[in-house]
Amino acid sequence: MTDIKLSNAQIAWRAAQDITDGAYVNLGIGFPEMVAQYQPPGRQAIFHTENGILDFGPSPAPGEEDWDLINAGKRAVTLNPGAAFFHHADSFAMVRGGHLDVAILGAYQVAQNGDLANWRVGDKGVPAVGGAMDLVHGAKRVAVITDHVTKKGAPKLVETCAFPLTGLACVTRVYTSLAVVDIEDGRFVLREKLPQISLAELQNVTAAQLHVTDPVTDLITPDL
Amino acid sequence: MDKTIQNAAKAVAQIPDGAVVMIGGFGGAGAPVELIHALIDHGAKDLTVINNNAGNGRIGIAAMIDAGLVAKMVCSFPRSSDPRAFNEKYLSGQIALELVPQGTLAERIRAGGAGIPAFYTPTGVGTELATGKPTAEFDGRPFLQERWLRADFALIKAEHADRHGNLTYNKTGRNFNPLMCAAAETTIVQASKIVDLGAINPEHVVTPGLFVDHVVEIPNPQQEELLIRAEAVYP
Repeated sequence: MTDIKLSNAQIAWRAAQDITDGAYVNLGIGFPEMVAQYQPPGRQAIFHTENGILDFGPSPAPGEEDWDLINAGKRAVTLNPGAAFFHHADSFAMVRGGHLDVAILGAYQVAQNGDLANWRVGDKGVPAVGGAMDLVHGAKRVAVITDHVTKKGAPKLVETCAFPLTGLACVTRVYTSLAVVDIEDGRFVLREKLPQISLAELQNVTAAQLHVTDPVTDLITPDL
Repeated sequence: MDKTIQNAAKAVAQIPDGAVVMIGGFGGAGAPVELIHALIDHGAKDLTVINNNAGNGRIGIAAMIDAGLVAKMVCSFPRSSDPRAFNEKYLSGQIALELVPQGTLAERIRAGGAGIPAFYTPTGVGTELATGKPTAEFDGRPFLQERWLRADFALIKAEHADRHGNLTYNKTGRNFNPLMCAAAETTIVQASKIVDLGAINPEHVVTPGLFVDHVVEIPNPQQEELLIRAEAVYP
């Protein structure tokens, strides 16, 4: 197995290609926020944040922050024309009520049946869940972006999650540093993979069976 | 009718030991810093505090925790840029934590204000946060029963208020504040400006005054995020 893999920016770029014009989208805190930078030209998604904004924009220049205008990651943001504010119960009605088109989240582990573990890795320290457990039951599509393996090389796509669950059977697609994988009927279905690696090499770093039902497309992204 | 009250100290003086107190705010937005600091001065102990977070730095809710006033936190995300105050007390067993998913926290508070004792939600089904909670199937899907949350007091930050207690908020400073106004027995509001009756367009009232008991004007209120960046400490 080579060291070839997509950068986080390239994973985010790939995920952004599947977001349609006018989609209502929630991006998880941290890495998933990068997806907003790579919307294809001519498409404009409307981004939702749990703490009560639809249609927020990028961070303002340093020194221009308004700390009453932040996203769920407590980062200062700006507003696009047509933005709206609302309170937390309305915000999570948008989430749980199925009104969002896409949620894109990070993951510690994703299981082949779509179970997601992304909120804590054990029972030590101070647990903090935020909105993760709500988001996985809200959007019409729940996608994960992640490295294919952990920093130590352990597979993150697994048969059964070992870490505490965020939600059951909730993930529909995973964009990794090596592949794009759908979850269908309780199994991983490989859609795209880096052309530089073989199916056998990919299977080797995946801890559950990768199924191939249709021709697998080359996963090609710009240099980012 | 006049719900205005002279100062923050007077507004929080009625809060007794052992009270359940909802505090608005998400991160630094909408956090009623002056009311929280007045409550620290007042010194009510053994409080249960309901907020999305569990304090940051050495001011606001973190300063309440540092002062040993908080027996229990009900929150979704007890983590921040500087979570020392909560972490120290939690890891040494001096403070209890009820961890609630953020949307469930919002809806439990909303339900409390709306007189709905319990509801069913998909959030948390099959996770460790479902432990001990009844589940039921509706239309073939499993849901978790969650109970309402109510409080003795709510501390709220608003932008404009009138003497009837009608409120507006500033941007994402809204967050949990309108929900908490309805869910507390006694709701205490700090507003940047108290305006004349009628000055808030009825179409623009976010919290109707019925949910509010006391309003104190705090012009140019402190912003929690700026205090944290300045490494401020209270008292």
